[in-house]
Amino acid sequence: MSHDDHHHGHSHGSAHAHGDHHHELGFWQKYVFSVDHKVIGIQYAVTALVFLFFGFTLMMLMRYQLAYPKGTFPSFFAKIFGAANMPGGTMLPEFYNQLGAMHGTIMVFLGVVPLAVGGFGNFVLPLQIGAPDMAFPRLNMASYWVFFVGGVVMLFSFFVTGGAAQSGWTSYPPLSNIAPFGQTLWLIGMVFLITSSLLGSVNFIVTTVQLRAEGLSFFRLPFFVWAQFVTAFLLLLAFPPLEAAGVLQLMDRVAGTSFFMPEGLVVGNRMVEVAGEGNPLLWQHLFWFLAHPEVYVLILPAMGIVGEVIAINTRKPLWGYRLVVYSVIFLGFMSFIVWAHHMFMTGMGTTMSAFFQTTTMIISIPSVIILTAFVISLFGASIRYTVPMMFALAFLPMFAIGGLTGLPLGLTAADIHLHDTYYVIGHFHYVVAPGTLMGLFAGVYHWFPKATGRKMNDMLGKLHFWGTLIFLNGAFLPMFWIGMAGVSRRLYDQTKYFHGDAVQDLTVLSSWSVWLLGIAQIPFIINFFASMRVGKKVSDNPWAATTLEWAAPSPPPHGNFAVVPVVYRGPYEYSVPGAASDFSPQFVAKA
Amino acid sequence: MSAEIKYITEPHPITGVSNAKLGIWLFLASEVMLFGALFSTYILLRVGSNHWPHGWEELNVPLATINTVVLIASSVTMVMAWASVKLNQFGKFRMYLGLTVLLALTFLVIKFFEYRPKFDHHQVWLHDGTSMRGHLTEDDDEQDYILFTRDADKEHPDVHHEAEKIERERIFRHSSFGPGHSNFFGTYFTMTGLHGLHIIGGVIVNTWLLFPGAVMFRTNRERFAGRIECAGLYWHFVDLVWIFLFPSLYLL
Repeated sequence: MSHDDHHHGHSHGSAHAHGDHHHELGFWQKYVFSVDHKVIGIQYAVTALVFLFFGFTLMMLMRYQLAYPKGTFPSFFAKIFGAANMPGGTMLPEFYNQLGAMHGTIMVFLGVVPLAVGGFGNFVLPLQIGAPDMAFPRLNMASYWVFFVGGVVMLFSFFVTGGAAQSGWTSYPPLSNIAPFGQTLWLIGMVFLITSSLLGSVNFIVTTVQLRAEGLSFFRLPFFVWAQFVTAFLLLLAFPPLEAAGVLQLMDRVAGTSFFMPEGLVVGNRMVEVAGEGNPLLWQHLFWFLAHPEVYVLILPAMGIVGEVIAINTRKPLWGYRLVVYSVIFLGFMSFIVWAHHMFMTGMGTTMSAFFQTTTMIISIPSVIILTAFVISLFGASIRYTVPMMFALAFLPMFAIGGLTGLPLGLTAADIHLHDTYYVIGHFHYVVAPGTLMGLFAGVYHWFPKATGRKMNDMLGKLHFWGTLIFLNGAFLPMFWIGMAGVSRRLYDQTKYFHGDAVQDLTVLSSWSVWLLGIAQIPFIINFFASMRVGKKVSDNPWAATTLEWAAPSPPPHGNFAVVPVVYRGPYEYSVPGAASDFSPQFVAKA
Repeated sequence: MSAEIKYITEPHPITGVSNAKLGIWLFLASEVMLFGALFSTYILLRVGSNHWPHGWEELNVPLATINTVVLIASSVTMVMAWASVKLNQFGKFRMYLGLTVLLALTFLVIKFFEYRPKFDHHQVWLHDGTSMRGHLTEDDDEQDYILFTRDADKEHPDVHHEAEKIERERIFRHSSFGPGHSNFFGTYFTMTGLHGLHIIGGVIVNTWLLFPGAVMFRTNRERFAGRIECAGLYWHFVDLVWIFLFPSLYLL
């Protein structure tokens, strides 16, 4: 498209209409049913943070049961949850199972993914590629509201007879097929969430492919955009099989089919009257076909954020940018063919296990490359220890622990001992909590000035950082020992077993860390809301960064850029020899 | 000051497609994964099954054949509707898109008449391992028996059976030929049902484009042609799914 055409389109009245539009927007259109990617991003982020905190409180309750299985809950809790869940202050096992299943579901599908993809992706990606908005703004709004409805359905399920879903976040049949009504709501909620992420991922891919600013070739894209781009493909192609599985399980529960019901299933001493011949393993295959790529959906956006924050605060180019980009593409591809390493213990056969063990070992290579590139980037840098940088630096060893502890689980022999123990919980939480969440917190502190025009408080930020770092480790590190002692991840009271009782002290330590971790979030919550009003006002580019989002005003208006940006260079040109300053923004022409 | 979103109508110079067209192709990719998972389910269950009937033994092949013709015809009219927009012939566009919607509704009506008898027809499995097919004449929860009229034998189609009493204690289970009958009918109803929902989605979109959406034909014909093309891509995909469903479920 020529320059003239562009100007023609620009002056063609709609820019004018746009301006008028902007002034007439009422409260509902501006903040609630907005089509602006930044507002939608913030809606996603705030909703997701609320869900994260809610999912976390479920876990705080569970940790009390685990730490003090013989004791009773304080009367305050007994009153809130009532006799149906906590008669006389004793948590019922069914309620414990509900909390467990919903903790996993909420944290993954309503917390981390919406924050990482819906929040950061929506807010930052169009800015970083110099686009005025997402390619389909109304679809973007629909995506948020469909997500919101899915979340409401999930929460509502706590109040129906029999309570919320209680078959684990994995919802394995046949147990989930015969579970109370809450499971049906879980499936309906999931269909909403899947639809939402489908709409979102189409939007992200189209926006990245079509709407990049002039001069912004694919290899000039910031790493964050690459991470979101690959993530969007994972969401687009991995979620539909879970939608299919959800439909099949819904049919099993509602229409009496037996896709996942084996023959001769006996429940409560009675043969279940279904046709049978179904295959429970089929659910596991379809579920993990989504859920393994989902792990990378959780981690890649965080890696993207960490890459940005490291480059900016080391004042150096990201080491091995192309290598990192190729790795992330390879990672995305490989993530589709490792799913059955979650199923080594199902008796699916050694040939299958051998294949998936091999692919699992291969997929660790790109992760290691990315992490190594980040570490090398630090080498010889004069690092600015800002709050986002501290979180980004902590991400590196935390994710490394999470990744390395995954290797024994990927080996079929070692997995026999470790499968379904607390070791697994420790492993994936190191990836998702100290890993991803550290990255996401880095992102919140990093882009908060762009979203609000104000900086978050450093002192509170550092308090938040150290509390979070220490107590996350306190919560998850003991789990490796508990798991290696053989304690199953689903137990309601591990002290009933000799091997569990022997490591009960570690469980108590973990529980106390979880509650202190909750307290450590208080400075963050205060900081987040207070800084919106009283935070220090900053310039459009407070971190002296090079990427395009810092060319826009803070906060950016509807339509983003005052002047349509043109890109002249790669994303991380810091400390270029002979340059006037230690950063050469993408949007500034070469002298 | 706010810039516009580019490539809404005109194709991107490098990718060669507009935003919407790229978007619909990505959407269809995810649909391929959705139906791919269901076809995989079908294969896995069939291969692992002890007795999986041939489709033509249980299902109404003539009706499905008619439906195949109806859907293919609707794909043709869909293309004609798009071509009419391109040629600036509003009357023809209305006619062809209207025909597409009508054919889609015809498909759904035929589907309804294909589904309905399945729910009237029953099978009873007894504890002694035998089973019989027929119609449930009486099923009163108060009684300890059901009244059941067997189908005529294949060898003696003229001989009609009288309703007979079957004590409930002899019955292992009984079911209509609905989704709960067996995994064959489960997959049949789930896959054709989901396909039917896609047809309904197409009817809604096309009806919108036919009436309120058609205003754009006059205001921005190029963009409208893009919309019809995207709706058409979706419609051909739905058609294509049926082209796979028909032999897999009915003919094999």
